[in-house]
Amino acid sequence: MKTNDLILQTATKVVVFIIILFSWHLFFSGHYTPGGGFIGGLLTSGAIVLLLLAFDLKTVLAFLPIDYIKMTATGLLIALLTGVGSFFFDAPFLTHTFSYVDLPILGTTSLATAVLFDLGVYLVVIGVTMTIIQTIGETE
Amino acid sequence: MIEISKFVVGLLILLGSLLSLLAAIGVVRLPDAYTRNHAASKSATLGVLSILLGLFLYYLLIDHVANARVLLGIVFVFITSPIAGHLIMRAAYNIGVPLWENSVQDDLQKARKRKKVDEQ
Repeated sequence: MKTNDLILQTATKVVVFIIILFSWHLFFSGHYTPGGGFIGGLLTSGAIVLLLLAFDLKTVLAFLPIDYIKMTATGLLIALLTGVGSFFFDAPFLTHTFSYVDLPILGTTSLATAVLFDLGVYLVVIGVTMTIIQTIGETE
Repeated sequence: MIEISKFVVGLLILLGSLLSLLAAIGVVRLPDAYTRNHAASKSATLGVLSILLGLFLYYLLIDHVANARVLLGIVFVFITSPIAGHLIMRAAYNIGVPLWENSVQDDLQKARKRKKVDEQ
């Protein structure tokens, strides 16, 4: 018998946006409050897992055509390049810096290069989690 | 002002914890899976919502910080908790968990039988 998942699917469509917004909030606020790349990436992959639960694997792949292994590689590359970038300024490997910038809407914000390293962590966490879950889900 | 807000916050948090206690008593005392889930999903949701609302008002009125994450949590729990209850109930019905022996009405069974007759 074909199950009717209308309630779950409709709720998922609303809730996924809340989860992804909250994960980005955790990601960007990680420098001053609890949060950061790891928990933000886990929460984003949690939102994708909720999509996988409500819909099936093919629908989610059509909606988010992402190769998660390449995503992991990109994240590692970003983390490595932020470390290498410090060589151009005659500083040791993985030296980070920050400065205060006047942004148009947000006002005076401190932009740190550690966020770029965190972006790498974020991508690696999403990539690894989704690779694990999809490979387990595909095996019969 | 601060005394009234403390009173309101305390009332909300006390109400929320009492509703959660009521939900726990319902889960222990009620006879079958469906009525237990009924108690757990409804009163526990309202209990958590009251506690979170009290927390939000505490931050807003006493610390003067509007904590948007708590509001988001209220909306999130309000959307997801009844759906979790619905999914658990449906899974229980589909694997054939029996109703309480004094139950008199099972509309879903009737509807499914009618559908089977229509298909034949």
